[in-house]
Amino acid sequence: MKRTFLGEFEEIVLLTVAILGEEAYGVTVTQELEQKTGRSVGFSTVHTTLQRLEEKGFLASQMGGATAERGGRRKRFFTVTAAGRKALVEVKQVREELWGALPPQTLQLMGG
Amino acid sequence: MGLRNTTPTPPRWVRTLLRWWADPNTSEEVEGDLLELYNYWVAAVGERSANWKYTLNAIKLLRPLAKDKRAHYPRTYLYSPTMIRNYFKIAFRNLLKHKGYSFINVAGLAMGMAVAMLIGLWVWDEVSYNKQFGNYDRIVQVMQHQTFDGQVNTQMANPYLMGEEIRNKYGNDFKYIVMSSWTNGHILAYGDKKLTKTGNYFEPSITEMLSLQMLKGSRAGLNDVNSILLSESAAKAYFGSEDPMGKVMKIDNKNDVKVTGVYKDLPYNSDFKDLTFLLPWSLYLSSQSWIKEMTNPWRSNFTQTYAMLAEHADIDQVSAKIKDVKLHKVRPEERAFKPVVFLHPMRKWHLFSEFKDGVNIGGRIEFVWLFGIIGGFVLLLACINFMNLSTARSEKRAKEVGVRKAVGSVRGQLINQFLSESLLVTLIALGVAILLVQLALPMFNEVADKKMVILWQEPLFWLSAIGFTVLTGIIAGSYPAFYLSSFRPVQVLKGTFRVGRFASVPRKVLVTVQFTVSVALMIGTIVVFQQIDFAKKRPAGYAVDKLLFVPISTPDLANKYEVVRNDLLKTGAIAEVSESSSPITSVWAINNGYSWKGKDPGIQGNFAAVSATHEFGKTIGWELKEGRDFSREFPTDSTAMILNETAVKFMGLKKPVGEIVKIDDKVFHVIGVVKDMVMQSPYQPVFRTSFVLDYKDVSIINIKINATTSTSDALAKIETVFRKHNPAAPFEYQFIDEEYAKKFTDEVRIGKLATFFAILAIFISCLGLFGLASFVAEQRTKEIGIRKVLGASVSNLWGLLSKEFVILVVVACVIAGPITWYGMNNWIQKFDYHTEISWWVFVFTAILAVGIALLTVSFQAIKAAMINPVKSLKSE
Repeated sequence: MKRTFLGEFEEIVLLTVAILGEEAYGVTVTQELEQKTGRSVGFSTVHTTLQRLEEKGFLASQMGGATAERGGRRKRFFTVTAAGRKALVEVKQVREELWGALPPQTLQLMGG
Repeated sequence: MGLRNTTPTPPRWVRTLLRWWADPNTSEEVEGDLLELYNYWVAAVGERSANWKYTLNAIKLLRPLAKDKRAHYPRTYLYSPTMIRNYFKIAFRNLLKHKGYSFINVAGLAMGMAVAMLIGLWVWDEVSYNKQFGNYDRIVQVMQHQTFDGQVNTQMANPYLMGEEIRNKYGNDFKYIVMSSWTNGHILAYGDKKLTKTGNYFEPSITEMLSLQMLKGSRAGLNDVNSILLSESAAKAYFGSEDPMGKVMKIDNKNDVKVTGVYKDLPYNSDFKDLTFLLPWSLYLSSQSWIKEMTNPWRSNFTQTYAMLAEHADIDQVSAKIKDVKLHKVRPEERAFKPVVFLHPMRKWHLFSEFKDGVNIGGRIEFVWLFGIIGGFVLLLACINFMNLSTARSEKRAKEVGVRKAVGSVRGQLINQFLSESLLVTLIALGVAILLVQLALPMFNEVADKKMVILWQEPLFWLSAIGFTVLTGIIAGSYPAFYLSSFRPVQVLKGTFRVGRFASVPRKVLVTVQFTVSVALMIGTIVVFQQIDFAKKRPAGYAVDKLLFVPISTPDLANKYEVVRNDLLKTGAIAEVSESSSPITSVWAINNGYSWKGKDPGIQGNFAAVSATHEFGKTIGWELKEGRDFSREFPTDSTAMILNETAVKFMGLKKPVGEIVKIDDKVFHVIGVVKDMVMQSPYQPVFRTSFVLDYKDVSIINIKINATTSTSDALAKIETVFRKHNPAAPFEYQFIDEEYAKKFTDEVRIGKLATFFAILAIFISCLGLFGLASFVAEQRTKEIGIRKVLGASVSNLWGLLSKEFVILVVVACVIAGPITWYGMNNWIQKFDYHTEISWWVFVFTAILAVGIALLTVSFQAIKAAMINPVKSLKSE
């Protein structure tokens, strides 16, 4: 019964990390989010969300890929864990079930 | 403006901020990410916006209070609810596992707290005396110092014109000036209901001055001469649920008064608590006809003057202003008494009521200090117990500390654990203490003559109670918390850990302090009782047994004295009857103007004066030293005088019988000398006293019951006689032996309280000793076993275990002796007639203390010594 709750923003960040694959770290996630959602996303928000997702066990991370542009500092690359994948799938299922339960006429009214 | 860099960089201060305050675990990638983003932002939105975004994001990442930068690993959270629950669980298990210790610990501490709380309540009550009056800060009593033969006397009594005079001359400095009589018992009658109620005559503005809360009628109720204001309880006693307003009552079977108001009872902890009714001053003046007939009204002091200062008036200035108000009015020859009028503020009435040589020297405040200090000491004793026991016990828990540390506890957690455990125990003790206080309060109120309640609503009460509890808990818990938590787990678990040799030193010091206090209290108690006993053994000079007096309360009784006397004697139960101006247990009048042959003109010569009827001496049973008693055989005895020994010595008469003594212009001849009688304080020398015959100036009837008649039978017969001849008044009497015993009330009360405290102190100390002894015995189980195997006898072991405690108690006695001697010697010097502190008191107390301590320790010591060594050695 005890299931870790995945917030809306967390869900999007988790998805983005999954999309980015090998290249997911703070900067790329922030930029990707801004481009895909069109909304201005603060780096600090993304950073804390990534930390939180890691604490919850949905993400794993390792250090690497220092560049001159970063003043020689390493990046923290994130990858989605099995639990993360499971959580994403669950969310997707819930969504689909809900959409499926929508009466057809309502669906039409919404332009879908 | 300096040179611009070719490539923009983010603000340096923000980076510093980040380094200091951001989460150190992620600082590397955060700084890198931010730098990368900064470059991206500069390209996308320009340097200004990039700076702004960079700063904003960085600030949002600061977590100044969340985490410690030094830690490489996430730190253990000190206040995790699970662990706190665990601490309490362990604490309860520990309490239950060692029921005996827990009981001693909690009971001892609770008792100490309860006593401290009771004393605290008492002190609070004393200090808040009179404070309920709204005008507390401005109410004063007008008093005067007078000098008699070089001695300054301070008194509340003033001439009855004092109020009028001050009003006329210094009216601006006062809001109200209120003359009054004295608060006495009066017979107040409504229909058939006759009761003696205490009340007083006042000028009308007393109601405003005391801010009386009127339940019926108004504060103007005393303006009419025939009016009376009743307290709520008095109104209820007479009228029940009836409306008292407008009802006519009779006062002292003389004057009719109409009820014009009912006020809420005055607070019990105030000097006006006995005022169950108020009568107008004008009624007092008109009913006491002799007042108007006085030829020298400024000479007699027989009324009181209360006043309330005007706003902004300074008491010291006004006091200085009015100081000569009486001096200007008295006759020239009376100026020698140097009357100095002054104001005594209400806040000093209760606690600072004593004067010596015209200076306020305190009063009850001494008791407040005394009991406050004793209460503090009892509390200290209880705390010492608590600390000793809990620190001693905690050493047993070294292993637990080791295990906890091995499993991963950090020091902070252990500190928290031990502190919360000791806090838990002190809080339980506080609960028990409050319960005890609640149970003991009714009894305590009875003894202390108070109406105290627990101050549930007083923040100060809770603040001090909880503050104190927490403090005790923390101090007692600090030893295990800070010392035990520093152990190295490996050593403790391997068993190589040893408590240092000096670990028990503070404990020994504390035990010594405990017994010093206990022994001091014991010695003090014994000295107090010795002093009381000494004064009680002093010959009274008259026979107090089966002697009583009845106040002459109505004119009927005064006129019918001879008839009453004959009827009383006829009953056969009465040995003798006489009248006098005052009961033999007190002096009501001290008169001036005595002169005799060879009197030193430098002295004024004031004597205690008693007027009496012929049989007075026989009734009270005085002892004649010289000459003869008054006698109906000698008609010339109407001018006879009897003196006491002190008077003869004072006058310097070689052969007093036959000498002439003049009081003002009246001539008396001395017919006899009686042995000194204790009429005033039994601790002071007897005052010079003269007795003369007077059938008018009398106010009580003395009755001596036959030695063979039982008191209750005689009382019934006496009552019948008084009912017949004095139907207007309830039959009231007082026994002289009870009055005499009242002279010792204060000291007996101190003695009783001191006994109580001394026993309590000893008990608490022994409780602690008992716990410690059993702890030591337990610690040395193995040693005792080995000693027994090697041939030690039970008495050997008993001596071994008891010795160290007995030494502590002996040291305590040695310390307590001189301190107590000094303190108690100061105390008894206060009494002119006092005992000497003898050496055996100290020896006796020391033996007693050692004996009690030995008894306490022996129980544990013998128990330990009796254990079969096989049992104690086979374990482990």
